[in-house]
Amino acid sequence: MCFLLLTAFAITRAHDLLATVMLLSIYSLLCASFFVVMDAVDVAFTEAAVGAVVSTLLLLSTLSLTGRFEKPQREKPLFGLIIVLTTGALLIYGTLQMPPFGSAAAPIHQHVGSYYINQSYAETGIVNLVTSVLASYRGYDTFGELVVIFTAGVGVLALLSSQKSYPIAPIDKTILPAPMKQHHILRVVSKMLIPLILLFALYVQFHGHTGPGGGFQAGVIFASAIVLYTMIFGLQAALDVISVAWLKLFSAFGVLIYSSVGLLSLLSGENFLDYSVLAQAPIEAQHLGTLAVEMGIGITVASTIMLIFFSFSGQMHSIGEAQ
Amino acid sequence: MIAQLPILQVIVPLVAAPLCLFIGRPKLVWLFTLVSSFMAFIISVVLLQQVMTNGTIIYSLGGWSAPIGIEYRIDYLNAYLSLIISATSSIILLAAHTSITAEIEESKLTLFYVLFLICLAGMLGIVASGDVFNVFVFLEISALASYSLIALGSDRRALTAALRYLLVGTVGATFILIGIGLMYITTGTLNMHDLSLQLVNVADSRTLVTAFSFFTVGVCLKLALFPLHWWLPNAYSFAPSVVGALLAATATKVAIYILLRFIFTIFGVEFSFSILPLQYILVALGLAGIFVASITAIYQQDVKQLFAYSSVAQVAYMMLALGLNNTSGLVATLLHLFNHALMKGALFLALAGVMYRVGSVQLEHFSGLGQRMPWTMAAIVIGGLSLVGLPLTVGFISKWYLLRATLENGWWPMAVLILIGSLLSIVYVWRIVEAAYFTPSVESSSNIKEAPLSILLPTWLLVLANLYFGTDTNFTVTISNLTAQYLLGASP
Repeated sequence: MCFLLLTAFAITRAHDLLATVMLLSIYSLLCASFFVVMDAVDVAFTEAAVGAVVSTLLLLSTLSLTGRFEKPQREKPLFGLIIVLTTGALLIYGTLQMPPFGSAAAPIHQHVGSYYINQSYAETGIVNLVTSVLASYRGYDTFGELVVIFTAGVGVLALLSSQKSYPIAPIDKTILPAPMKQHHILRVVSKMLIPLILLFALYVQFHGHTGPGGGFQAGVIFASAIVLYTMIFGLQAALDVISVAWLKLFSAFGVLIYSSVGLLSLLSGENFLDYSVLAQAPIEAQHLGTLAVEMGIGITVASTIMLIFFSFSGQMHSIGEAQ
Repeated sequence: MIAQLPILQVIVPLVAAPLCLFIGRPKLVWLFTLVSSFMAFIISVVLLQQVMTNGTIIYSLGGWSAPIGIEYRIDYLNAYLSLIISATSSIILLAAHTSITAEIEESKLTLFYVLFLICLAGMLGIVASGDVFNVFVFLEISALASYSLIALGSDRRALTAALRYLLVGTVGATFILIGIGLMYITTGTLNMHDLSLQLVNVADSRTLVTAFSFFTVGVCLKLALFPLHWWLPNAYSFAPSVVGALLAATATKVAIYILLRFIFTIFGVEFSFSILPLQYILVALGLAGIFVASITAIYQQDVKQLFAYSSVAQVAYMMLALGLNNTSGLVATLLHLFNHALMKGALFLALAGVMYRVGSVQLEHFSGLGQRMPWTMAAIVIGGLSLVGLPLTVGFISKWYLLRATLENGWWPMAVLILIGSLLSIVYVWRIVEAAYFTPSVESSSNIKEAPLSILLPTWLLVLANLYFGTDTNFTVTISNLTAQYLLGASP
């Protein structure tokens, strides 16, 4: 907790944007460990993958486009400080009367929460409580989150993919050398690591039922393996494996998998995302539904993150060529 | 099939969005988008009929009944709102293809329609949901889509406008999320109906007051209540024309819906208007907003900016009416939700026509357009008169109810102030009329023709709706009355 505050303070003081990004990454990692302490392993997993890895990478690639140092500014934002202090004071004022942390008598542990804890395994057969709430009880929210991610991907694509700046024609590889050609150790080590990372992603994907994990985390891990490949062997090499056009379709495909599960229930006369139509036994039906849904999440998340990363680095390439 | 309608109206555009990527040809994508939007519109009409005959419809998602799962709860308020949203978006989409092809690159057209559909589905999802966290999720969906839509604008300033909107919108969303989180902490439930039952027990807790304040500030950022409006004018005016039309006609309405829903259904009138001086804050900020925004509008050179500031003023009218805290005030707010969508939809679509032919909506380029584009200018004039509140237009109806509401409270000085506010809107509408009809046209504009029919027809559809609902108030007043009674009666 202390580290968290310290890092946050350091972020506001730093003028070197590179340092800021690194500090942000540390901040995310601290957050993740904090979540572990709070027994929210699934959240910690996501935070570590998204906050500490992917967003840091994206910020770094932005920095390589814009430059490393912020413009010096002299004005003192006093008004902003007042608003922030008021907000903070109000928050503290409000939380003072909150039910004590961890108390079993708190309303969150009494009402819906206790129902999930007591009934979830019997109703869904899923060991990981988080997965059952996320994928079944509140599956529609998760569908919404997936659409948010899809929207982010489409949005970035709409803004960054301009025909003028994107290298479409396959460029001769000798002209565009891989950025890390001279680092033999990096190349060898990453070649060894990437299959392992991909394998781990698949493990996390299909293991969401019994342990922490699921589509969101698996998608991010999968994408980070590809991102690593891109950084070591160059964008063109990665685009040869999977092109932007395919990624676009894949990210839509994941959303469609999720929604087709829902539409399947509609067609069988049940409510949207009611998994009970998928199989005879209710437990098995829940299993199937969750599996399909997590699959959709994994595909969309992985391809959207790759899409965003490729768009950013495509921008970098075109600017590099212009210079 | 009737039983599945509540979910279908959201799911149809939502599933259509990723499907668009598989179609390819922009024209086909547009047709597909148009069809799905119209389907949502038809569904919302049927839903409203259902609510009128059978009362509130409850739909449990995933077969888990609330509060364990998420439910959709369709009553007068959301049926009315989704009708407004899907109707305006369908009409705007009619004009979209011609207008947008001229404004953005061809390679981005498909992505544009994907984002448009997601934005629409997000707004419909917010309105339909009976679960506070679900509302937040769909709020994010529609917000994220609208940031990207705005940033697609051809003007480079669209990017900064979108970035500013993104920052403000994110702060607003965070505040809303904090509010929802605190509500969950005190009650242990996220379902609206359940919350309204549980909150009575903890009404005196400080946590709840904090939750309410955070929530209200967050929503007021989203609905651009003065002085939290500064993001809106640039966002609306630098966006592609049809996006400006969509957002001006619907986005703030959705935020107002959220506020109404939380005040009346979840917290209840007594809590909302007694523990905090919300009533007086709304009235004071509403009045200030009307004057400041109207006066700023008078000094704008960019006509889109002018109408965007006028939107801020109109939102202020709605908040003022809400703050009056009587039935007529609520009816006035609800009426104006519908009427303002008609006015701003018509005005921004007409501007899309001007943008298409002239390539700019600066006031100086309007000179002589009264002769060159008679139909488009006539549409702007009628829309403007409706904004002022002239009899026979919808604007008159909302102003009439607003005045009645103030007089019911005996606040006649305020009624005078509202009339003065209307005078201000005459001034800014007159500036456009003057430029269009009484300024000789410049040489370069001699080859400008009337806007193409594909933009003109939807514009006039909305203009005629302005006139029709201004003379035959049966539908709007009935539904607003029913909604107001329902909201005031259903609240604990």
